[in-house]
This record gives sequence, C-alpha cells and structure tokens, in this order.
Amino acid sequence: MLFWQILIDGFAVSALYALGATGFTLIFGVSGVLNLSHGAIMVGAAVAAWAASGELGVGPYVGALIGIATGVLLSFATYFIAVRPIQLSPKIAEAEKEIFILTATLLWGIIIQEAIAYLFTNNAKTVLPIIEGVVTFLGVRTPANEFFTAAVCWVAIFFLWLLVNKTRRGKAVMAASMNPKGVTLLGIELSSIYLTVWAIYGLLAGIAGILLGMFLGVSSYSVGPLTASAFSIVVLGGLGSVSGSLIAAYVVGYLETATAYLISPAYRTIPALLLLVIVMYLRPQGLFGRR
Amino acid sequence: MRALPSSRLFWIGLAAFLVAMALPLYVSGYVLGLLTVAYYTAVFAMSWDLLFGFAGEVNFGPTFLIGVGAYTAGILDAQFSPGISVYLCIVAGAFAAVVGGVVLALPALRVSGPYFGLTTLVAVLMLQNFVIVAASLTGGEIGLAVPDVLSIDATTNYWIAFVFMAVSGAILYGLSVSPIGLILQASGQDKVQAGALGFNVTKHKLAAFIVSAFFSGLAGALMVFYMGTASVGTFIDVAVAVQIIIAAVIGGRRTVIGAAIGAIFLIGMGELLRPLGELATLIVSVIALAVILFFPDGFVGMLRGGAKA
Repeated sequence: MLFWQILIDGFAVSALYALGATGFTLIFGVSGVLNLSHGAIMVGAAVAAWAASGELGVGPYVGALIGIATGVLLSFATYFIAVRPIQLSPKIAEAEKEIFILTATLLWGIIIQEAIAYLFTNNAKTVLPIIEGVVTFLGVRTPANEFFTAAVCWVAIFFLWLLVNKTRRGKAVMAASMNPKGVTLLGIELSSIYLTVWAIYGLLAGIAGILLGMFLGVSSYSVGPLTASAFSIVVLGGLGSVSGSLIAAYVVGYLETATAYLISPAYRTIPALLLLVIVMYLRPQGLFGRR
Repeated sequence: MRALPSSRLFWIGLAAFLVAMALPLYVSGYVLGLLTVAYYTAVFAMSWDLLFGFAGEVNFGPTFLIGVGAYTAGILDAQFSPGISVYLCIVAGAFAAVVGGVVLALPALRVSGPYFGLTTLVAVLMLQNFVIVAASLTGGEIGLAVPDVLSIDATTNYWIAFVFMAVSGAILYGLSVSPIGLILQASGQDKVQAGALGFNVTKHKLAAFIVSAFFSGLAGALMVFYMGTASVGTFIDVAVAVQIIIAAVIGGRRTVIGAAIGAIFLIGMGELLRPLGELATLIVSVIALAVILFFPDGFVGMLRGGAKA
C-alpha cells in the first residue's frame, strides 16, 4: 500500500521535475546560460493561469493557455533583458560573462517574484485542475489530476524529442549545442537558434509551472526552491545532457518522496542533497555529463 | 593621468570615513543599529569579493561560512553561559568557520565554474536543513536566543562594527593588492598559465578560502552577539547569500571596497524604501539589475569615471 503510494506519487513528482529541468538543461547546452530566474518563470506561468481561470473565470483550459503564453513571454523577457545585453556587452570580459548572467537572471527572478507578491500577495495559489475527481488505482486513492500531470509531462517531453531529432530546426538546435561555430559556418543564424531555444524553454517551463500549480500549489516563496531543485537535477544528470536530466529527475523525485513517506517530510530534501555532494565529489561532471 | 581618478576615490573615501565617525553624534539609535548591520554585511561582501573577484571562484554559499561562525558562537554561549566569555565564543566561531571553509574548499576546489557554485550552494542548503532538524541544539526555525550581547548601547555597538569593518577592510584590501592578490587574480583569469609560471594555484585559492572564511565567520559571530539571536533567515538563508553577492557585484567586483559600498547601499535603500512595503525589494532589484547591465564595474567603476582599472 505504502509502496504503491510512493511509486505513484513519486512518479508524478518526478515527471514534473523532469519537465522543469529539461528546458533548463537545453538552454545551458545550447547557449551556456544558467538561468537562475527559472523558478520565477514557472511560478509566473502558474499564477497567470490561476488568475485567469479563477479570478477572471475563463475556465481551466483557457487559463492554462494564458499561463503557457505567460511562460513564453517571461522566457523571452529574460533573454532580452537579462541575458542578451550581457552577451553583447563590450564592457564585460568574456570570462566574467557567466557570473554576470547568473547575477542578472537571479535579480530578474527576484523582480518577477516580487512583482507577483505585490500584485497577487504571497498566499499559496492552487490552479484549477483540468481533470477533477479521485481515482483508486492499485489500492491507492490518487487525484485523477496527478495521472494527468504525469501524462502531460511525458507527452511534452516526447514532443521535445520529436522536435530535436526529427525537424530541421531541432537538428540545428542540437548542432548548435555541439558546435556553435560549425552551425554558423553552415549559414544558420545563431541568434535565431537562441530564440527558438528560449521559446521552447518558455513552453516547457510554463507547462511545468501550471501543472505544479494544480498539483502542489505555488506561491512566490516557491521560486527559490524550484530554481535550486532544477539546478541540482541538471547538475546531477550532467549539465547539458537532456537524458541525464530525465534520469536524475526520477532519482531525486523518488528519493524525496520515499524520504517524506518513510522518515519524515521534514527530511525531504536531505538525501537528495547528500547524493548530490557524493556525485560532485566522485564524478564532478554529473552522472551523464560530457565534459 | 592615473593619479587623478584614484586620488578622487581617496578623497571620497576619506569624506565617507569622517562622516561615519561623526554619525553617532547626530543620528538616532535606530539609524545606528541599521548601520551596524550594514557594516557587518559589508564584511560579508568584502570576504566574498576576495574569493570571487580575485580567485575567480563563484561562491554561492557565503552564508555557509557565516552560518557556521554565527551558530558555533551562538550555541557555545547558549550552552555554557555564563561560564564562557563572549570573546572566546567569537574566536571559536571564527575558527569553526575556517575549519568549515577548508572542509568545503577541499572537495569544491576539485571542480570549477558552475559546479563549484553548486557545491557551495548545496553546502548552504545542508546547513540550513541541519539547523532546522537539530532544533534542540540550534533553536530550529524559531531561532537561537543568545544570553549575552556585546553591549546594549547602540553607539558602542556602532563603533565595534565600524572598527571591525575598517580593520577587516584594510586587511582584505591590503591582501588584494599584495603579490598574493596578484597571484590569485592571475589564477582566477588563467589557471593553466598561472600554474605554468610556477605558482601553486590550489594552495593560493585555498588560502583565499581560509581568509574569506575567517572574516565571514568572525563577522557572523560578532553579529550574533549584536542581535542576541541567531536564525536561519538572518544568517544562512540563500536570500542572504544573494544579497551579499548582489552587494559585491553592484559595488564593483575586484575592488573589496566596492563590496562594502554595495552592502551599505543595499541595506540603506531597503530601509529608505520600506514605506513602499512589498515594492521595496522590487525597486532595489531593478536598480541592481540596471547597475549590472549599464555599469558592469559597479559604483567604484562610476567613481573612477570610467577610467580603465
């Protein structure tokens, strides 16, 4: 009973982590940017969906669409406000751009977070679930929306896989992550590839944020922990490796769920952090890192 | 030509120093209390700048070192007071921070770039979890009440913090312009070349880590005995680390003094904008982002009038 409960809950949580971390790792793989406003974008999308479906009363489907659009919009805003000016700036030495982008995206994330807190208060918000009701599966009563969450995550990841492996545009993105100079030599504009990646990222982060809002609820306090968990999953899996992130998301998701059920919810994040330290010590490039 | 801008900086510094000396005569105890916190934060930011600006290591976990120092001092005092002197607790806190710094640095220096950053971030999260879980010893989420304080007089506390900031600032600045600082800067910019010139890069980075840990821990421990309490929210939380990093970057990295200016600016602005409520943090973040985007050399860079440092 408990075993099945951990299995089902862990699966849904892990699927969410996986979706959140995939976009994060994609951006790093292609443009070398670690986007520390990640959590804020997820929460922003969720809060937009919550406000549209609940406050304006447009229903869960339109609300979710508005949320996703917000995710994409915030993603582009991040790129044009906090990333691109620094990448192009002649005043900042190349070696220091990394820390500048980290600091700028961090600040941008705080700005989004505070704007949400100001406009919509700090209270936790639960997005209207698209599917209501409870299903009893393997003797465990689970909200139907939890299965929906896991399904949407995997469908989204599948579409990402299709996009990257089967379309011309996706292959160009993949190529850019391997060798940016080579791609420009083939006559593909690198900046348009960055735009594509940030659009994909916004979609993924938006979907993940809304699902999280339905599943666990979000508040402006979730911004920091969300960014930190995406960061740790991505490093655990190996920076830039999408499949590594997926596996790492499941490792972290199940570790957390099992700890929460078997020991105490207070210890929830500790085993995952310990694992991360051990991996960093033994294999700094992550489980599936290329470097 | 170089003498002119740097002398301007010198005069501005001297003026700021004199103003700070005269302040206790004119302003209320509340403002002094605020500045006391700002001065301790300035030491946190300067220690961080030594590690990042010179050694080139992005330490996301300055609050690990601060927290270890603060909590060690606080717990010792809470457990053994009045049998133990406050100063002994402070020294123990600084020492514990150095030990914590070495423990953190040895595995962390094996990795570089974002991985180093993440290791230090994880250290902060672990410490935070530990403090919350070991609540009987540390006071958990409520915070640890410390029986002793340095002084109950705002002016005395102000002077302690001010002198401490001035002395640590002078030492850190002196270190940064010394040959050691130059070697650190070289290894931060090109590790391989610095190594090829015969400098032991790892040893110097470890030394920078220890110095940074010492001052962070000392400042943390002093701040505990100023506030009379230690809590996760004031010493360890990632938000505190973020504030320190932002202070150092907007003040002007690789300058040490800039970090102090940035810290005092951040805390002062936060207080000035307090009537705006929730908007205060938003506005401060917007200003900080604008500084980073348009004046990457920070406030010190502006004061130098754009002269190439």
